[in-house]
Amino acid sequence: MENIGSFIDMIFVTAKAWILALLGQFLPVWIVVLASIVISGVAILCLGPVIMMYLTLLERKVIGRIQNRYGPNRVGIWGLLQPIADGIKMFTKEDIVPANADKLIHLLAPIMTVVPALMIFVVVPFGRQMTAADLNIGFLYFIAVSSITILPIFMASWSSRNKYSLLGGMRTAAQLISYEVPMTLAAVPAIMMSQSLSTNTIVLTQAGSFGLNWFIFTPWGIVGFIVFFLCATAECNRPPFDLPEAESELVAGFHTEYSGMKFALFYMAEYMNAFTLCGIAATLFLGGWQGPFLPSWVWFFGKTLALICIMIWFRGTFPRFRVDHLMAFAWKFLLPLTLVNILLTALWQFTSASAAWLFSIMILAAMLYMLVKLNRVFVPEKRNYVLAD
Amino acid sequence: MIFGAGVFKGMMVTLKNFLTSYYRDRDNGGIFTVQYPEEREKLAENYRNLPFLVYDGAPDQIRCVACGICERECPPKCIHIEMATDAAGKPARKPAVFDIDYSLCMNCGICEEVCPFDSIYMDHTFEITSQAGPRSLIRGKEALARSNDYFRKIRPAMAAAVDQKRKTAEDKKKAAATPPPPQEIK
Ligand code: SF4
Ligand code: SF4
Repeated sequence: MENIGSFIDMIFVTAKAWILALLGQFLPVWIVVLASIVISGVAILCLGPVIMMYLTLLERKVIGRIQNRYGPNRVGIWGLLQPIADGIKMFTKEDIVPANADKLIHLLAPIMTVVPALMIFVVVPFGRQMTAADLNIGFLYFIAVSSITILPIFMASWSSRNKYSLLGGMRTAAQLISYEVPMTLAAVPAIMMSQSLSTNTIVLTQAGSFGLNWFIFTPWGIVGFIVFFLCATAECNRPPFDLPEAESELVAGFHTEYSGMKFALFYMAEYMNAFTLCGIAATLFLGGWQGPFLPSWVWFFGKTLALICIMIWFRGTFPRFRVDHLMAFAWKFLLPLTLVNILLTALWQFTSASAAWLFSIMILAAMLYMLVKLNRVFVPEKRNYVLAD
Repeated sequence: MIFGAGVFKGMMVTLKNFLTSYYRDRDNGGIFTVQYPEEREKLAENYRNLPFLVYDGAPDQIRCVACGICERECPPKCIHIEMATDAAGKPARKPAVFDIDYSLCMNCGICEEVCPFDSIYMDHTFEITSQAGPRSLIRGKEALARSNDYFRKIRPAMAAAVDQKRKTAEDKKKAAATPPPPQEIK
């Protein structure tokens, strides 16, 4: 029983090791090293698009159910082949480039969005020993690479020579830069507690008994998680933070002038970002692949999918933010909250457990109360026109 | 009110919708999609689409007498009638040609209203596509003829009223044909 469990747990790792051992029989060492990189790379390159395809299907299904209709259910059983049909449609579409567009940048932008989205996969710990590259600055790498996504989006909007695109691009720049700050700060407590920037080590410190010592079970963990998750939703331009591509205001925002496969690339980047951000959120606060009984990678994918479902749920529920509300939310609410949260983590580290709970809850409640009061929306009093009656 | 309660409430609404879509029926918060080719909505009795000609008995005994009123009244002019002539060259009281261009008909139902002989009524069919070009939806009188039973089936109330009306008219006619018993003349 134990053996089977650990075998399934390590099945991908074992498979890779076996292939490498086989190659090692009759090939020089440097080729084996190269092959190791290629195998991980190919696995990620296949995983990314497949995840994107089926996330679109999942999203359409769930949103459909929320709106009391079936989602796509015609192509294949339960519509399972729908993403493939969509892919064929995208490939056969005409590729239109606006006459006055900056052709080179217009072409480069969609390609460049996909690259960072795929690069983040490298540091995501999919399971026990299943991090493609266990960088000791893994989290820093994630922050750095994910902030690149602003650039291609802005390239796309600028090169399209379309006012809607440009407005979308401007909004993207403002939004993504604002939300990057609280997102990074929200993750700091997890890094403080695990004393490492490596995503794998962060997961390992959440082991505990039964692998259930997740950071989310502490007051700073839950605040950090909520803030991080909200910022992650904003980072991948998903509703209710989808101002950069607000259909009702900006046609389609930065990808207004894209069609066919280029458009699909933007979509792909968006969904892969959603996946990796959820994966990182799970890694930082939900214990990554830690969990009792089931194989580690099942835990990881389960948690990530659950988070993605919550994102879809958000999309089915909330109307879009107004631009000033969006900015105010990031700078006036989330940012102070994360700063307090960092202090709270320090407090947690240096006090005994039960007292820490008490203190944290008190401080958090006071802080929330203060922030809500400070962020109160100004509603002018209703005027009484004395002479009007 | 706790901060964020509204957000939570909204999310519960969508969650409820999501869950009930699996087990409730249409009018109770379940899915209201009708999967068209497999499932169909029941049409209302007075649903009207594209006219047909009613016959009693054999299919060539349509009630139409080729009076041409519907042809004149039809707003888009999609009815074309030619009166038949008998062997002697006198006009017979039935159409030789009765064509309706379904691609032109706008389903207004005026033909049904103006016909004094209860012979043209609106049908319940609506799946009449054709890829063969604009003239392919012209229907001749054979294609338009439907039995009175069919009429009774799709629009029972209307058909019953029409039958009743025709019967009383018939009875009156019979009564008129048989000369009334001579009344005493003063
Ligand atoms: S359908 Fe009615 S109105 Fe039209 S020609 Fe025939 S009898 Fe006249
Ligand atoms: S329904 Fe209207 S448009 Fe169609 S044939 Fe009758 S009168 Fe003409």
